[in-house]
Amino acid sequence: MLKKLAASMVAAFALTTGAFAAGGAGKVENIDFSFDGPFGSYDQNQLQRGLQIYTEICAACHGLKFVPIRTLADEGGPHLPEDQVRAYAAFYEVFDPELDDFRPATPNDHFPASNLENAPDLSLMAKARAGFHGPYGLGINQLMNGIGGAEYIASLLNGYVDPPSCAPEDFDGYYNQTFGAGGYPEECLDEKGKHKYPGSWIAMAPPLWGDDVEFADGHATDLHHLSEDVAAFLMWTAEPKMMARKQAGFVGVVFLTILSVLLYLTNKRLWAPVKARYKKK
Amino acid sequence: MSGIPHDHYEPKAAWEKGLAKRLPVVGLMYDTLMIPTPKNLNWMWIWGIVLTFCLALQIITGIVLAMHYTPHVDLAFGSIEHIMRNVNGGAMLRYLHMNGASLFFVAVYAHIFRGLYYGSYKAPREITWIIGMLIYLLMMGTAFMGYVLPWGQMSFWGATVITGLFGAIPFIGEALQTWLLGGPAVDNATLNRFFSLHYLLPFVIAGLVILHIWAFHTTGNNNPTGVDVRRTSKEDAEKDTLPFWPYFVIKDLFALALILVVFFAVVGFMPNYLGHPDNYIEANALATPAHIVPEWYFLPFYAILRAFDGDVWVVIAASFLTGGIIDAKFFGVVAMFGAIVVMALVPWLDTSSVRSGRYRPMFKWWFWIFVVNFVVLTWVGAMPAEGIYPYIALIGSTYWFAYFLVILPLLGVLEKPDAQPDTIEEDFAATVAGDDAGSAPSAQPAE
Repeated sequence: MLKKLAASMVAAFALTTGAFAAGGAGKVENIDFSFDGPFGSYDQNQLQRGLQIYTEICAACHGLKFVPIRTLADEGGPHLPEDQVRAYAAFYEVFDPELDDFRPATPNDHFPASNLENAPDLSLMAKARAGFHGPYGLGINQLMNGIGGAEYIASLLNGYVDPPSCAPEDFDGYYNQTFGAGGYPEECLDEKGKHKYPGSWIAMAPPLWGDDVEFADGHATDLHHLSEDVAAFLMWTAEPKMMARKQAGFVGVVFLTILSVLLYLTNKRLWAPVKARYKKK
Repeated sequence: MSGIPHDHYEPKAAWEKGLAKRLPVVGLMYDTLMIPTPKNLNWMWIWGIVLTFCLALQIITGIVLAMHYTPHVDLAFGSIEHIMRNVNGGAMLRYLHMNGASLFFVAVYAHIFRGLYYGSYKAPREITWIIGMLIYLLMMGTAFMGYVLPWGQMSFWGATVITGLFGAIPFIGEALQTWLLGGPAVDNATLNRFFSLHYLLPFVIAGLVILHIWAFHTTGNNNPTGVDVRRTSKEDAEKDTLPFWPYFVIKDLFALALILVVFFAVVGFMPNYLGHPDNYIEANALATPAHIVPEWYFLPFYAILRAFDGDVWVVIAASFLTGGIIDAKFFGVVAMFGAIVVMALVPWLDTSSVRSGRYRPMFKWWFWIFVVNFVVLTWVGAMPAEGIYPYIALIGSTYWFAYFLVILPLLGVLEKPDAQPDTIEEDFAATVAGDDAGSAPSAQPAE
């Protein structure tokens, strides 16, 4: 009874959550990020590179309005020294309602919001997109690889490929094989009205081409490295407390396991005399 | 408290006697904790403790979250991010609360299915069952309103769809919906009242939980055999039972600790696994998400709601007979709430005099089909209403109603039950002997 019921519950879980993520039909490839899995952690250098890419390129249009600039100094994040954070903050101008004017930002201010009406805020983007749409496993995929938000972002940035030949030359936007929610030319639908090619046409022009930035430490700047770095940075902006959370989870699991063992032994001992009465018969 | 003969609290010291005369609270606690409990309870009887823990967890984390949350359409989403980023331990609190709701429902479904299998709803425990169903309904209401509070896309659109159900009620629907929402659409007034009620209902649930426990402490626990505890004398009763403390408290705590290992792994390593990514996008009344999906624990009923579309003959017949007053939408709403109503009425629908499914050879099969059906409904509830899915949902919904309205009433007449043990002690002895021989029977009582 118990086993069967437990199995059905697990099955119900697995089936539904796999189904949740169903939707946009873009192409997302798994990337081996340093923060994947229960023991994964952010790569501080990667986050700093990602911050540089964000600042030099993404920030032209996009914003991070939920992220306080001071958190750049947080441990388990980019972990910049305080003076660098202060200097970084001063790059931005924020509107101060008390002054009724713009002033240079301080670390206590948030990153500015998006400059463009149709450029979404990126603070939570890595959690607002699910890269992995299945398979209908037991969640092991998500446990080891995460929901795939960072993978989605990296794939999208890498996903600008030549449009399929069926599309008209002047079709609005840029073909992206990862982006599922954009326009799609009628010419590229099959008889059943389904998309013949993955992805759709996105309004954003390709933001990265490779060699768009120069890193002080000379780290590789090809397109794939850049998109992974900025995707990792956006994972951090979406989930800044991930390291603390995993540690709390780990401590919880270890202590509760020990507690379970102790309670198991206590229970066995407690019931032994009760059972002994019936064993001899 | 219970009708089973047992020792009662005897105040000894002078202050104890004095207190007992004025407020018998120690005696009440003693009788509650030392309640005689059937020896042969198996591992499906641990969910009560898990549920109590969940309620406490949700109330405690919820009270702290409410200290930092702002129920305003312009500020709610940002205040959640404030909790996640700036409040000490806020991210953990929020994830515990979020996943705590899922654990709560896993436990409540296990608890309900246990009751359905072992006939825990049958006389004299009908009132325990009815109170349990009320708790379950309030849990669903609380969880639904709680999901609206982060003011993400799924919060907003889920609220729009679900409150829209009330709009389907003939004649008064539209007025009722406006009254519930506090306006023509989901907006600030809705968010405010949902926050208020989300804070209130858990305490109503806590009150009902006390009644639930009081009710089954009066009748005594059911057990895997469904056979009553011998009440002829204290000696006889003690052959069938053991006091709740320490025997069952320790056993239940062990099970709880084990379940919490899994729970903490989910909270720590994959806290967004059961959530929907769209809820990390701030609510936008102008952009509808591609698929509006409720939280997993509502999916079976969501499937039943959507199963009855305008092409189903019962819907067409109902619409014809009522001159169009009952349309497909309203029919779906009635079916969804009806699914819970028939479950609540099961004490009077099940005609079998045998409580436990263990001794009902035909019932067992139908029960397990019911469980599988529940899983299937959960699955189709998450699928888009196109292709083959509506048919599966329709078959599943039909089985749900057939199980309660046709199968259970008929089985009591048609089925020839197996022999039941005379006493609980006999069953316990058999299980202990079975454990000893290394061939554990399907249900193990203790350890």
